[in-house]
Amino acid sequence: MPELTYREAVRDALSRAMREDDDVFIMGEDIAEMGGSMGVTQGMLDEFGAERVRNTPISEMAIVGTGIGAAMQGMRPVVEIMYQDFLTLSMEQLVNQAAKHRTMSGGQLKVPLTIRTQGGAGWSPGAQHAQQFESWFVHVPGLKVVFPSTPEDVRGLLWSAIYDDNPVVFFEHRLLYPLKGEVPDELEPIPFGKARIMREGADVTVIAIGRMVPEALQAAEEAEALGISVEVLDPRTLLPLDEEAIIASVQKTNRCVTAHEAVTRGGFGAELTAVVQHGAFDHLDAPIERVGAKFGPLAFAPAMEQWAVPHAADVLEAVKRTVARA
Amino acid sequence: MAKVEKKARSEGALSDERLRELFREMLLIRRFEEKVEERFRAGELPGFLHVAIGQEAVASGVMAGLEPDDTIMSTHRAHGHTLAKGTHPNAIMAELYGKTEGCSGGFGGSMHLYDVANGMLGANAVVGAGLPQVTGTALAYQFRKEDKVAVAFFGDGATNTGVFHEALNLAQLWKVPALFVLEMNGWAESTPMSQHLPITDLSQRAVAFGMHSIDVDGQDVEAVFTATKEAREYAASGKGPVFLNVRTYRLVGHYIGDPQVYRDKDELNELRETKDPIELLRARLELSDDEFEQLDTEVTAIVEESVAFAKAGTDPAPEDALKWVYA
Repeated sequence: MPELTYREAVRDALSRAMREDDDVFIMGEDIAEMGGSMGVTQGMLDEFGAERVRNTPISEMAIVGTGIGAAMQGMRPVVEIMYQDFLTLSMEQLVNQAAKHRTMSGGQLKVPLTIRTQGGAGWSPGAQHAQQFESWFVHVPGLKVVFPSTPEDVRGLLWSAIYDDNPVVFFEHRLLYPLKGEVPDELEPIPFGKARIMREGADVTVIAIGRMVPEALQAAEEAEALGISVEVLDPRTLLPLDEEAIIASVQKTNRCVTAHEAVTRGGFGAELTAVVQHGAFDHLDAPIERVGAKFGPLAFAPAMEQWAVPHAADVLEAVKRTVARA
Repeated sequence: MAKVEKKARSEGALSDERLRELFREMLLIRRFEEKVEERFRAGELPGFLHVAIGQEAVASGVMAGLEPDDTIMSTHRAHGHTLAKGTHPNAIMAELYGKTEGCSGGFGGSMHLYDVANGMLGANAVVGAGLPQVTGTALAYQFRKEDKVAVAFFGDGATNTGVFHEALNLAQLWKVPALFVLEMNGWAESTPMSQHLPITDLSQRAVAFGMHSIDVDGQDVEAVFTATKEAREYAASGKGPVFLNVRTYRLVGHYIGDPQVYRDKDELNELRETKDPIELLRARLELSDDEFEQLDTEVTAIVEESVAFAKAGTDPAPEDALKWVYA
């Protein structure tokens, strides 16, 4: 099996879709000559030309809104919002427009739009370039929300996002871009709503997303040395959510930790916690632990930033707390 | 520097026969909206309704200047646009009654009228929000080399939103085949232009993007038709979008039931006497009272039939509320 970085895997899915399908095009800020601020679309301008790899003005409402309009005509645009912090500028188009046209039209319209974005702490960008907003979008009926953590998943899920007939908010994590992993020779679309068990275990289930998936795997290694068997589950898509797999895992392990880089309060871990307590109430041997960032705008100095966001050590501590209750 | 054209009266662009057809359509829109107001006040219509009495010549004139496959997106004041685009009055009235026979299946209501098959891509209840989607629709036509234009309706209030500027800037940058139709009625809900705009000539906002702009009298259906036809040819030929700066008058309140405490009553009465597009066209066509009565009887019957159709319509099953959340 070939090995790709997470960044290359994103580019591979976009390029394959654009080779096969004239209705797919990409647009966003600095994505053409520069290849995107994260280098994801490097080389695509040369292959596909300026009509299909479109630099845009710094106009997030228009980037998303124009994508909606083209999608309503049956095209499959993939728009890039450079940092998910800037999704806030396009919220109206995402929440009131993309998510609602299908219902408001009584089923006459579809909006097959993919909104790619990225973010994440770990490089001292300060408070406006590293937020994690995935939980905001899970609250909006009509949207789908994806947050892959491996090269194989990001490639297969991006393909599925492009060919989904609904608006999909597709989160990538900045620190995952250089991560390498094996991918199948041929791109295999990965269906939405299917979790992946990243590591099997018997004592605690850690449900992790994004960068916290590799952190949770590291914590699981360290826990094993302590005699604790940790299962790591990556839901991969937050909306739809594979509740069945989550509940089955916790029914097996009887303990649960949720882990994301976004602040804990009101984060996706709260939704996961509600799903688990309802579906596995009689199986739980300890309160569900939530791991996330501390509740403040991200401070700039590296020491403060690293203190605020969660790491493998925080997952391990949470795992130990659940086991201690047994 | 982009050009601003001033459109004079364009008599002779349309035959008297065609003008009579447009007169009949405008009268149908007027009677439809009067009926909507009546039924709302009678408590039969749920929700929240806005009528465009006084602005009928914009709807009819623009639609007359388009080709059938062109598409529009409208605002919260969309009944007239939708009727003029060709949606059956029954389907619109049924929508206002929340019936499955409605043009949005009872899912949209007055502020979310859709009729995609007829090129009505949606009325939008967030001011300015449809504009980038029109840019995107026009981009798809450009990609596919289709001879179609996408048309946005919006009011002067929308020109103060950020999304207006983003959408027009991008449309002009990419020279997409779009028409941006400003229905300049001078009011943003209850706020007059003097309190929400630092300029009075809004064509300057389009010209700032390098966009071709045409000033037109929105109470003159023939002038609106001529400007639209010219704008359509310009946009469809690849020269870029066109801004239609249409001066019109909202002869009623913002919403049905609006007491209009913010408006000078004498001035409003004067506008009703001098700026009613239906009266202006009636005088121009020199319709006799008998001719007028005959047309009025016809369109009133159509409106009455739409109410009967809507009342006899099917109530949706409550649990169908989630039928179209995802495709």
